[in-house]
Amino acid sequence: MRIMVQKINTKLMAALNSCGFFILCGLLCVLALFPAVVMAQHAYININDPLMRKIPVAIPYFKAFTGHEQEVSLGKNAVDIMSSALDFTGYLSVLDKASFIENPAIKGITGADINYKNWTVIGADLLITGGIVEQNGAVRLELRLFDSFKESLLIGKVYTGHKEDIKSMVYRFCAEISLLLTGKMGVFGSKLAFVSTVKGNKEIFTCDFDGGNVSRLTNFNNITMSPAWSSDGNYIAFTSYAKGNPDLYIRDLRTNSDAVLSKKGLNITPAWIPGQFALAATLSFSGDQDIYIISGSGAVKSQLTKSMGIDVSPAFSPDGTQFAFVSKRSGNPQIYIGDTGSGSARRLTFEGNYNTSPAWSPDGDKIAYVGVVKNSINIYVIGVNGGGPTQLTSGQGDNEDPSWSPDGNLIAFSSTRQGASRIFVMTSTGSDQRPLFTFGGSQTDPTWSSAFGNK
Amino acid sequence: MGKKVVVKIMVMLFLSAMMLTVSCAKKSVETDPSAGIQQGSQDGLSAEEIARQKALEEERLREEALRKALAAEKEKFEMEDIYFDFDSSELVPDARTLLKEKADFLTRNSGLTVTIEGHCDERGTTEYNLALGERRAMAAKRYLQDLGIAEFRLNTISYGEERPAIQGNDESAWSKNRRAHFVIR
Repeated sequence: MRIMVQKINTKLMAALNSCGFFILCGLLCVLALFPAVVMAQHAYININDPLMRKIPVAIPYFKAFTGHEQEVSLGKNAVDIMSSALDFTGYLSVLDKASFIENPAIKGITGADINYKNWTVIGADLLITGGIVEQNGAVRLELRLFDSFKESLLIGKVYTGHKEDIKSMVYRFCAEISLLLTGKMGVFGSKLAFVSTVKGNKEIFTCDFDGGNVSRLTNFNNITMSPAWSSDGNYIAFTSYAKGNPDLYIRDLRTNSDAVLSKKGLNITPAWIPGQFALAATLSFSGDQDIYIISGSGAVKSQLTKSMGIDVSPAFSPDGTQFAFVSKRSGNPQIYIGDTGSGSARRLTFEGNYNTSPAWSPDGDKIAYVGVVKNSINIYVIGVNGGGPTQLTSGQGDNEDPSWSPDGNLIAFSSTRQGASRIFVMTSTGSDQRPLFTFGGSQTDPTWSSAFGNK
Repeated sequence: MGKKVVVKIMVMLFLSAMMLTVSCAKKSVETDPSAGIQQGSQDGLSAEEIARQKALEEERLREEALRKALAAEKEKFEMEDIYFDFDSSELVPDARTLLKEKADFLTRNSGLTVTIEGHCDERGTTEYNLALGERRAMAAKRYLQDLGIAEFRLNTISYGEERPAIQGNDESAWSKNRRAHFVIR
């Protein structure tokens, strides 16, 4: 896949850069050169505000420049992809096209063509226009984000590539919007791994962040669980009973080959150390369940926890220097935070007598986990320094397996609120809880990848 | 010398009896089989032979009874799970009683090896329950070892909450799913 990106001038850009150095800049290059763009973002939205109002955005149909049938249809497809992707963020609401007064597909897509009043009157804070040219499979996609109240162009990009790349082009633009509005690249391009039952057997699947492109990863016809992505997205570690014992598998997604760690007893709950070709997992060959460091090729390197009793479910801080985990050392399962270097640990959770499944937020300041109170299983968030905790789900089935989106805006989890377990997502404050997709069997254990697709 | 003669006569008798039986059997293929059997006894199969066959039959029955008894014992051994409290791998008194019975059975059947499966109820989380299930299996194993069963005969595996004995989400189902299950290998 090769996509060229070109910057369209905005007032802000023009002010910063009077010499007009904006042609054919790569995405990251643009960010590096113009930090002011990054600094401007929080004027728009604070996604950690539980009372946050969703920003209404209008996405009218794109202009097909040549106008032939396939071009029109590719353009419609791009609008659909963009609408569902932006709706997914939880902080934008995509307006119904029936309310639109103006049609940029006919009238034009540049700032000069737009009558902003026609958009503010229908409540559109933001407006996205697009134009598409398709010729023999080559596509040129021109996308603009406008602030309709300030009557200004916020982002303008031209993407060129193959028609197969349209989805990636749209996601890249969505990532730009996310960066501008929230300061982060967002979920666009990230994937989820999860467990789903096939004929009663648990197998591992992957899908796009929005539930599209579901693909089956394992075919062991046994119990297979606990998928964990490496930082670069090239490996997924998991546990499978394929050979009878709960063994640890490290699958190279590029070659589809497995490294297997099969110590006596448990080989479970893998978690990759950020940025390293190494992971942590619980092994019990010694007779006690402890967390060990394991190389990416499946060799045991060192022991991380040494206390008697259950230690499971490691989850690393974004810099890898600390790890959250579950220990029964105090008599019932609680979340602890350990130091990766020394292994010394402090207890984090004190409320309730059953707290498990920690997930460290990408910002590094929070840990989502599962608490069981009076037989009801729910997701909570606690500050790394013990602040909170805040309950995010309640009164709707069992809610387990929290996993943060790479931008920290969303939490995926499994819930039995509709009967069989399904994958749900919600914002990091617990709002906007919705199922990710409908799929046969039951789904558990969603695990979000990093946003490697954005790179 | 006298003894040898007696043995020889007995062997002869036995062989002729065998031949008779064989010929009768052959005949019985051609005629009514029940008639053949009757003929055999009428032919004066020695009382010894009849007694011998009776003894054999009794032995067979005894062995079958033993086999059935062992099978029943094995079935009981595999059917009877020991149960645990929520989030606990401690052996409650009922579990200890049952483990003593199991140890007794394993002592009497020293050729058997056993896999002890640790299981959990669906409350709580899958990963933690894998560890808890293993601790339950290990607690049962250690107790059996204390009662004299050699370690190499006792394997453990945890299935966490993956293989409930009973479907359901109330305490009556949960209490039956928090268990150690025994499988003879």
